[in-house]
Amino acid sequence: MDTALAKAWVEAAADAVSAGAEELSRLDAAIGDGDHGTNMDRGLTAARRAVADLEADGPGPVLVKTGMTMISRVGGASGPLYGTLLRTAGKRLEGGEAGLADLAAALRAGLEAVQKMGAAKPGDKTLVDALSPAVEALEKAAGQGAPLSEAAEAAAGAAEQGARATVPLQARKGRASYLGERSIGHEDPGAASSALLMRALADACRA
Amino acid sequence: MKKFLNTPESYLSDALAGLAAAHPELSVDPENGVVARASGPVEGKVGLVSGGGSGHEPLHSGFVGEGMLDAACPGEVFTSPVPDGFLAGVKAADSGRGTVLVVKNYTGDVMNAQMAAELADDEGLRVEQVLVNDDVAVEDSTFTAGRRGTGATVFVEKIAGAAAARGDGIEEVAEIGRRVNAASRSFAVALTACTVPTAGRPGFDLPEGEIEVGVGIHGEPGRRREKLRSAREIVGEMVEAVLRDRPLESGDETIVMVNGMGGTPLSELYLVYGELARVFADKGVTIARNLVGDYVTSLDMEGCSITVCRVEEGFLPLWDAAVNTPALRWGV
Repeated sequence: MDTALAKAWVEAAADAVSAGAEELSRLDAAIGDGDHGTNMDRGLTAARRAVADLEADGPGPVLVKTGMTMISRVGGASGPLYGTLLRTAGKRLEGGEAGLADLAAALRAGLEAVQKMGAAKPGDKTLVDALSPAVEALEKAAGQGAPLSEAAEAAAGAAEQGARATVPLQARKGRASYLGERSIGHEDPGAASSALLMRALADACRA
Repeated sequence: MKKFLNTPESYLSDALAGLAAAHPELSVDPENGVVARASGPVEGKVGLVSGGGSGHEPLHSGFVGEGMLDAACPGEVFTSPVPDGFLAGVKAADSGRGTVLVVKNYTGDVMNAQMAAELADDEGLRVEQVLVNDDVAVEDSTFTAGRRGTGATVFVEKIAGAAAARGDGIEEVAEIGRRVNAASRSFAVALTACTVPTAGRPGFDLPEGEIEVGVGIHGEPGRRREKLRSAREIVGEMVEAVLRDRPLESGDETIVMVNGMGGTPLSELYLVYGELARVFADKGVTIARNLVGDYVTSLDMEGCSITVCRVEEGFLPLWDAAVNTPALRWGV
């Protein structure tokens, strides 16, 4: 991954979230307060502008800038969580281009920071349920020496499957947890937006 | 959706512009998301700041003024402020003796406030956080995000605000805020859902003749749905829920709030208060002070919450101390 691809990822993510904002808010309305799409759209639209002219010597600073922008623009829990994911991953990447193994390790570090911040485990019906299988897919592909585009495709598929698998779960974290058993039967909006971000990476790699 | 709006997107900034126009004693900075006293930090006083999503007015901006908050940080509707917003609030309040930050227990609020506290620490500003979690509708367990912060926030802001105003140090102000929270419990019931302007439709469907029991303040559904019953029965159940969690004995003194959620006529709130007062009288519990009205709203939701605080040593003089804010004013 080079600077251009990292920027293309942010672009694709902003496009995907903008197009999917209504659906994300609809999912959030069922078990939260119905603004997840609006908030993510606001943050990624700002991030797209912030990284467009950013002079960066690799993907790291692009991800750090995206994370910082999301922290200062999204609000709610999604801002700190997505912001921490990308900022931590970006800081982990040294200057210059990143290989697949570097990217997988960076996103693993980001995921660990997210889990530490939210104290969420897989199965709690959160964004971790989409991000965790996606990072595993990247690590597996890296171990097999697969090209980035193939790895990103596998990660997107794993994230989408992980998001769908949140439907029968009872939420144990975040606002949906207030519903108890009534949270069962709905896809977690955070997992759904994470799947969009991973799909955006696959799209950016293919373009 | 039928609301007084220019555009759904400009709802918050337009509302803040109106607040500024109505209250020249406040300085309103929509860019950074801060409402503060126009006169600036009070020299020698511990700062008191609160923040949270908008849509709960008068909470928090309506409680900025003498005897209560120094600054409020309004986030987007039902969305926690970002760390920069909380930090800007702390800076607007700090006079050098540190700042107490009141945070309602929601995942986003807690995370953003924590990040702001770390940023403040980097800049050498002392911040103590007081977490409010009074809503007994949510079980406080490892299976949830913990009890929500609702009506008790008003009690915490009033009493801690008075403590700061009389010159207490940062630890004392935080400590009495925590004691007020620990002594308070709330429970809410909704008759209708509310409509977030950018969403354009109600957050959940509530058929005619049904109520949401244990509803939160963000338009999220409650713990369960029931058939509408008489006010006496509903209030009886609300009081029961509160007292099961924090029992009161005959002879106990309380501060009670019957709070409207934005779309409830005041007459209905008084009706609810009357039922509650009757139940308390039967139990021999004294209501030493009360508030009846819209204090922690959920936009246009019809419904109400009750908050009961058992009076402890030192609470009442601070409750009675002068306060001069847009939404709470006495003794001035």
